[in-house]
Amino acid sequence: MKKRVASVLLAAIFVASIFIFAGCSSSGSKSDVIKVGFIGPTTGDAAIYGTSARDGAMLAVAEINAAGGVNGKQLELIAYDSKGDQTEAINAYNRLRDQDGVVAVIGGTLSGETLAMKDIMVQDNMPVLSPTATAVDVTVDAPNIFRVCFLDSYQGAAAANFSADTLGAKTAALLIGTGNPYSEGVSAAYQTAFVAKGGTIVGSESYGTTDKDFSAQLTKIKEMNPEVIFVPDYVQTVGPILQKAKEMGITSTFIGADGWDGVQVDYAAAAQGNYFTNHYAADSPSATVQNFIKAYNTKYTKVPNSFSALGYDAAYVMAQAIKTAGSTESAAIITALAATDYSGVTGNLKFDANGDPKDKEVTIIKIDGGQLKFVTTVVNK
Amino acid sequence: MDKNKRRAYIINTIAIVTLYLAFFILIQTKTMNKYFIGIAILTCIMIIMAMSLNIVAGFLGEMALGHAGFMAIGAYSSASFSIALFNSGIILPDLVVLILAMIVGGMVAGIFGILIGTPTLRLRGDYLGIVTIGFSEIIRIFFINFQPTGGAAGLKGITKLVNFNNVYWITIVIAILIFTFGRSKHGRAIISIREDEIASESAGVPTTRYKVLAFSLAAFFAGLGGALYAHYIAFLEPSKFNFMFSIEMFVIVVLGGLGSLTGSIISAIVLTTLPEMLRGFAQYRLLVYSLVLIIMMIFRPQGIFGRTEFSLTGAIDLLILRKNTKKSVDGGKS
Repeated sequence: MKKRVASVLLAAIFVASIFIFAGCSSSGSKSDVIKVGFIGPTTGDAAIYGTSARDGAMLAVAEINAAGGVNGKQLELIAYDSKGDQTEAINAYNRLRDQDGVVAVIGGTLSGETLAMKDIMVQDNMPVLSPTATAVDVTVDAPNIFRVCFLDSYQGAAAANFSADTLGAKTAALLIGTGNPYSEGVSAAYQTAFVAKGGTIVGSESYGTTDKDFSAQLTKIKEMNPEVIFVPDYVQTVGPILQKAKEMGITSTFIGADGWDGVQVDYAAAAQGNYFTNHYAADSPSATVQNFIKAYNTKYTKVPNSFSALGYDAAYVMAQAIKTAGSTESAAIITALAATDYSGVTGNLKFDANGDPKDKEVTIIKIDGGQLKFVTTVVNK
Repeated sequence: MDKNKRRAYIINTIAIVTLYLAFFILIQTKTMNKYFIGIAILTCIMIIMAMSLNIVAGFLGEMALGHAGFMAIGAYSSASFSIALFNSGIILPDLVVLILAMIVGGMVAGIFGILIGTPTLRLRGDYLGIVTIGFSEIIRIFFINFQPTGGAAGLKGITKLVNFNNVYWITIVIAILIFTFGRSKHGRAIISIREDEIASESAGVPTTRYKVLAFSLAAFFAGLGGALYAHYIAFLEPSKFNFMFSIEMFVIVVLGGLGSLTGSIISAIVLTTLPEMLRGFAQYRLLVYSLVLIIMMIFRPQGIFGRTEFSLTGAIDLLILRKNTKKSVDGGKS
């Protein structure tokens, strides 16, 4: 009998907790606040991307509010965790729309979660600005979805143009992570653009997403002796590759993409003298960039990465669009977003017909003495 | 006995219809917005997944940690089928397409259940657990590298066919099927294997056949759940069906009580809605969620219902009529 009472009690607490939490979370909407949602993974494997983008956007919102807000109202950024999971992202989005009543959404941060939310977002005609989702399909057939970052293909082409034009390379080899859409997408664009510039791809090797040993692939590439080796992947994979290459005495220049951001922290010696494409350069002389880095450092006591910069720009672009629209109606905000002309931390931003950045500059970074050095910017024509 | 049965049927039917009407009114009056409807749909899908896993984990008593793999097979095959059907220009009502896609997804997953179950069910306990983990990882990696279904970038262009009305009734039908299966001759044979394999074999139960039957039936229903998932989310990514997702389903079954279908239903409802209800806690959300699991397991290691089923008629007898019949809430062990 005692046991039964205990279990009934436990069940009662369960049920009660559900209603209590449901009750307290839905706050009434205040008219002097404009609510904007944010969706990204702040826990789980991809948490670094979500938290960085969220912190960047939070910083921008704080600055905008300190400067008087938008149309006389304060901005409120409501950030929800997606865990990088599609169903969580859809729940988070539904909650932002129905419970919180947001007028626009910044997100999703990853391509997969954004694609999962895309259909509902298009149906709702919700103004959406993704800071970092790079998959091509995110903005296709979605007049209400825009993004701040350049596409994988654009970035790959910029890296190829830089290799051919600035470095004067004639031969290149590719090292591709199969099963990683990012690595595959950037590599494919690099190959096309490099060949179009008159260069030759002497070979391409691939590895699995969980591989830890790359000596077989690097041995083959060493024999081909290309001038540049293109390795678009994330730091945790690129680092060991560069280390192994250094051990094997490979002298070719390695070129990477924005996944390399942060490689100077743990792999400074191995990455010495190599280049990668990025969204912004921390040592850029531009006042916007320097102010952003200083403010970010003051608020979070850490150095921003490119995800923070993209989140920061996304929040500013969205605020500007709401300001231009003069109202919080979806259609007006979307029209204003489409007409965006903004100069931010990650360069000049204008949208093409799809809602992708148009002729955005890609920053080339060189790793030198454990520091990231600005080299040049490339705009694909 | 017959009179009792008829009474139980009537009471349960009334409960199901009342619940549906309650939801229907809430949705029509906009008290329940799309956010809550979305959670309700996901909860229904998780109920199907948990009940199907309970056939293996509860009735058969085997550790199956690869349920996400079967769900992935069901999701991908049904989605490919419905995409092909829409492209072929044959116009059918949405519900018919959904049911056809579900049958395809369930059948393909069920066939894989037989293929995987036949050689592996010689193993027991942890060994079988490891084999099923391996299997579901193979499925996931296959879909990552299989370009016709989009590879790692995911499968797009699935038509959204699932809404609350159809998913509610489909869940009810599947629940009835699994309930009646559990009480049937075959279900009892499977439970007897759980209790003592040698004894049931000496009593003439063809154990291997029944183990494979339980395994492939679980896979079949998981395929149905996967099909519903595919046609609700309308976008499939292989990374969704990872090992953690299998564990999540296993946790639901264990928490509800191994062998108790009503336990699986209650626990699927609680564990699917809990993370959403805890959104107010922001980053502490998953901490609270895990804490609830730990507390649950300390105070009720056998799960919410243990091995007994919650019976509505029993509850009515006990609470309203104050009749202490044999079939009370926790099996008369008060």
